[in-house]
Amino acid sequence: MSLHGIRFILIQNRAGKTRLAKWYMQFDDDEKQKLIEEVHAVVTVRDAKHTNFVEFRNFKIIYRRYAGLYFCICVDVNDNNLAYLEAIHNFVEVLNEYFHNVCELDLVFNFYKVYTVVDEMFLAGEIRETSQTKVLKQLLMLQSLE
Amino acid sequence: MPAVSKGDGMRGLAVFISDIRNCKSKEAEIKRINKELANIRSKFKGDKALDGYSKKKYVCKLLFIFLLGHDIDFGHMEAVNLLSSNKYTEKQIGYLFISVLVNSNSELIRLINNAIKNDLASRNPTFMCLALHCIANVGSREMGEAFAADIPRILVAGDSMDSVKQSAALCLLRLYKASPDLVPMGEWTARVVHLLNDQHMGVVTAAVSLITCLCKKNPDDFKTCISLAVSRLSRIVSSASTDLQDYTYYFVPAPWLSVKLLRLLQCYPPPEDAAVKGRLVECLETVLNKAQEPPKSKKVQHSNAKNAILFETISLIIHYDSEPNLLVRACNQLGQFLQHRETNLRYLALESMCTLASSEFSHEAVKTHIDTVINALKTERDVSVRQRAADLLYAMCDRSNAKQIVSEMLRYLETADYAIREEIVLKVAILAEKYAVDYSWYVDTILNLIRIAGDYVSEEVWYRVLQIVTNRDDVQGYAAKTVFEALQAPACHENMVKVGGYILGEFGNLIAGDPRSSPPVQFSLLHSKFHLCSVATRALLLSTYIKFINLFPETKATIQGVLRAGSQLRNADVELQQRAVEYLTLSSVASTDVLATVLEEMPPFPERESSILAKLKRKKGPGAASALDDGRRDPSSNDINGGVEPTPSTVSTPSPSADLLGLRAAPPPAAPPASAGAGNLLVDVFDGPAAQPSLGPTPEEAFLSESWERWGRGMRTGAHPGHPVPLPLPPRFVCKNNGVLFENQLLQIGVKSEFRQNLGRMYLFYGNKTSVQFQNFSPTVVHPGDLQTHILSGLGQPPTKRVAAQVDGGAQVQQVLNIECLRDFLTPPLLSVRFRYGGAPQALTLKLPVTINKFFQPTEMAAQDFFQRWKQLSLPQQEAQKIFKANHPMDAEVTKAKLLGFGSALLDNVDPNPENFVGAGIIQTKALQVGCLLRLEPNAQAQMYRLTLRTSKESVSRHLCELLAQQF
Repeated sequence: MSLHGIRFILIQNRAGKTRLAKWYMQFDDDEKQKLIEEVHAVVTVRDAKHTNFVEFRNFKIIYRRYAGLYFCICVDVNDNNLAYLEAIHNFVEVLNEYFHNVCELDLVFNFYKVYTVVDEMFLAGEIRETSQTKVLKQLLMLQSLE
Repeated sequence: MPAVSKGDGMRGLAVFISDIRNCKSKEAEIKRINKELANIRSKFKGDKALDGYSKKKYVCKLLFIFLLGHDIDFGHMEAVNLLSSNKYTEKQIGYLFISVLVNSNSELIRLINNAIKNDLASRNPTFMCLALHCIANVGSREMGEAFAADIPRILVAGDSMDSVKQSAALCLLRLYKASPDLVPMGEWTARVVHLLNDQHMGVVTAAVSLITCLCKKNPDDFKTCISLAVSRLSRIVSSASTDLQDYTYYFVPAPWLSVKLLRLLQCYPPPEDAAVKGRLVECLETVLNKAQEPPKSKKVQHSNAKNAILFETISLIIHYDSEPNLLVRACNQLGQFLQHRETNLRYLALESMCTLASSEFSHEAVKTHIDTVINALKTERDVSVRQRAADLLYAMCDRSNAKQIVSEMLRYLETADYAIREEIVLKVAILAEKYAVDYSWYVDTILNLIRIAGDYVSEEVWYRVLQIVTNRDDVQGYAAKTVFEALQAPACHENMVKVGGYILGEFGNLIAGDPRSSPPVQFSLLHSKFHLCSVATRALLLSTYIKFINLFPETKATIQGVLRAGSQLRNADVELQQRAVEYLTLSSVASTDVLATVLEEMPPFPERESSILAKLKRKKGPGAASALDDGRRDPSSNDINGGVEPTPSTVSTPSPSADLLGLRAAPPPAAPPASAGAGNLLVDVFDGPAAQPSLGPTPEEAFLSESWERWGRGMRTGAHPGHPVPLPLPPRFVCKNNGVLFENQLLQIGVKSEFRQNLGRMYLFYGNKTSVQFQNFSPTVVHPGDLQTHILSGLGQPPTKRVAAQVDGGAQVQQVLNIECLRDFLTPPLLSVRFRYGGAPQALTLKLPVTINKFFQPTEMAAQDFFQRWKQLSLPQQEAQKIFKANHPMDAEVTKAKLLGFGSALLDNVDPNPENFVGAGIIQTKALQVGCLLRLEPNAQAQMYRLTLRTSKESVSRHLCELLAQQF
């Protein structure tokens, strides 16, 4: 069983522009760039009839597409696919609520806030908090701080 | 609910981001960024002290620029300053900048420890969380050293807020993963386990991850977590869909926490306490029951969350492998999913069933789904689903259904995706061998494989059929007859010719009685393929021919005629030429008795684990080993090789290349790695490392010459001790000093080197590509044979720098070699790398890119001088010449670059023909200097080159000529 949990989370658009990259393992900058490109290449060729899982190097990518954005989580091959697939959706629903109908531009202009949302829900490569109510309450509280 | 406007709070940032987005070109973007960088720099350097807001804004802009992919070389101090602000938004940007950039500037960490310490002690939960998240995101050893002692205290303190506990638990997990030695649990253990009882589900969610990680190292210390986890799980599973409020997701109570608890339980055997076990079994049954209930929502989120728990439950049931009733129920449930309209579910059901197939309790139940799975193999649109179907067919195969499964796989192979063909071929080959009731079926299957997918039949597969045919005398006649028939197809795969050549050479006599396959017919059939085959196959056929001379004296005259033909005796290929000459002589001078002894039938091969099985495991990687284990069930099955059934412990070695050559009996000093291609087969099939490292033949030829020497010349002494077969040096390293020397699934070795005069320094970089630590990592440099006196790797002075014995997952370590060239040499030094991966020893040997031309000093000279020296070196042994076909496009610029990379100076205006290249240089060794002149004449029309080397030393001329000729 895995000791590592999530290796990285990526949000990319269809053109391959990264909207969020969160790394839970040490990679050097070149390696990160390579991973970003590989993930994009692997995920964008798949269609809706395919599974939401792809083998990737020694890991697997669990991904879901929302409009033009791909949300990808890289985990160990024996991690629970559906749990991570829904973790993505849970995260997207929080973003949607927080940014009030989230769109790609929100993630661009508020990139520094997206990191806060991620850290509330995922930490150290593990799922930290799953309750949307609790996460949003916390985000609202932080929002009110100067 | 909160809704955030664009870039609220920092207008300047929003404007800047808009500007960047409006840039029409990359150049415009860079220009805008440089303008901004100049602006920020001047603000930071200005006399006026910046307020917190401006500092935050500029640091945030820098961060944005960095995330666009540009280097940031200032602003770190301002970010560190932000940490001491007591405004949340400023602190947050400071921490974010550090977490994101820390990879590129670890100096930062030392600067921020103080700020983190203050925040941890602040009793302000928001600040504490920011600090904990920063530690968790950076997770470096330095941070562990500074904070590992404080965090358990925060985690279990009675007055810590829930959100702080959540962050502290995962922060500790991260530090533990990075440096377990820094996290002393002991006194905290019991209180950490009790977090499973915490009222706050978020705290439990975080704590389970921490406990799951910690208990793997010390299962006994954390044993009490079992009963707590079971009762927590039980409360969740039996709760109504609305009981857990915040933690109910689409009518499913706490799906992620349930999954985590089920995974924690998979770290332990079934609970010993009967009451706990009873309660757990009840939970598992409840989950299985719920799967049958009508869904509470039509949303896919509902069914996904529910099924996430279901699949994890099934994993636990398989892990326990002790409740037949639950195993069969799990199998039935998965059976329903096999035909579900959701591709995800079909995929996961196939995958999960694969592990169920290996349990004796559920194997039969899995088998009932064979038709559905075969159908999936034929009709699924997603190749990864088809792949899982093939895996499952493989896993459910036994004596009762082997013929059906093998024939379905063969049929599928005709149209299979290229990506999975080789794996299907391996699977078919293994199943055919393992469950063969009669050997004729086995031989038919393998020959069919070669016919349908010859290109994907690796050497392991066809060597294996030869081993088995050689070892079983009851199948030899049938094999000879079948290959003979297969060879009659007008177009047959070269692998078929190889197998045919070997089998007829050994057992052709068994079918020679039939006039339709009389000796002359056999010979002319084989010989009709000869001219279309590669050198390796032709070499093999020549050995078949000499065997024919012994088996069928009546073919002697014909075969001698073939051997004597100019195309053989003067063949440009050394190996073919040598065989032709030697076999011709052997057949002319040796008496019948001698011939019969020398060319006797091959002895049986030693029994061992199938090399194909090893290859399949290697391909699948560590994670998938269990699906491929076949030692557990069907203990009565006999290996048709008559060998011992591999014991489960060796079969399930969780390593992609453990014992990859099946050489358990007599391990060689080092086994070549997985990707050694033909090189490792030499060792595998012929039972011992044999080839001396040599620059000459390709590994394939080396294989053939060595092994077929043993075969053809009847040398029965078996292996002679020697060096393991090293990987050949990729030819590009002759002209290049940097690059990736070796790469497989586990390890990457990069090299960087520089040479001056007769000295060199080489940096080797070993990268661990896995997530698991390599242990006992020891790379050593050896000089085979007489090389030691010629090249020294810094003997005496600073020896090869030691490399750490452990290489962490994802980490890279460096080794420095000092090299001194004492005299000219032919064979490069060998690098032998050994380590343990997941407990299994790994070893590989490869040639280091140190060739004599590395010690070349270019020499400029005028045409007149060049010709004078050229004439001085006119003795025949001083010159080496090669005429060869161009292997690459003939581009003058590329050629120039290669010659310069080779080390010589390029002399213009020397050769009267401007198309030609002329070079000069001196090989520097400690003992002597060797002057070298070279001339390369391209002939674009013929796509050929003529290369001439003149040096003052015969061996150097020839060696340089060989090295350089490979480059074009």
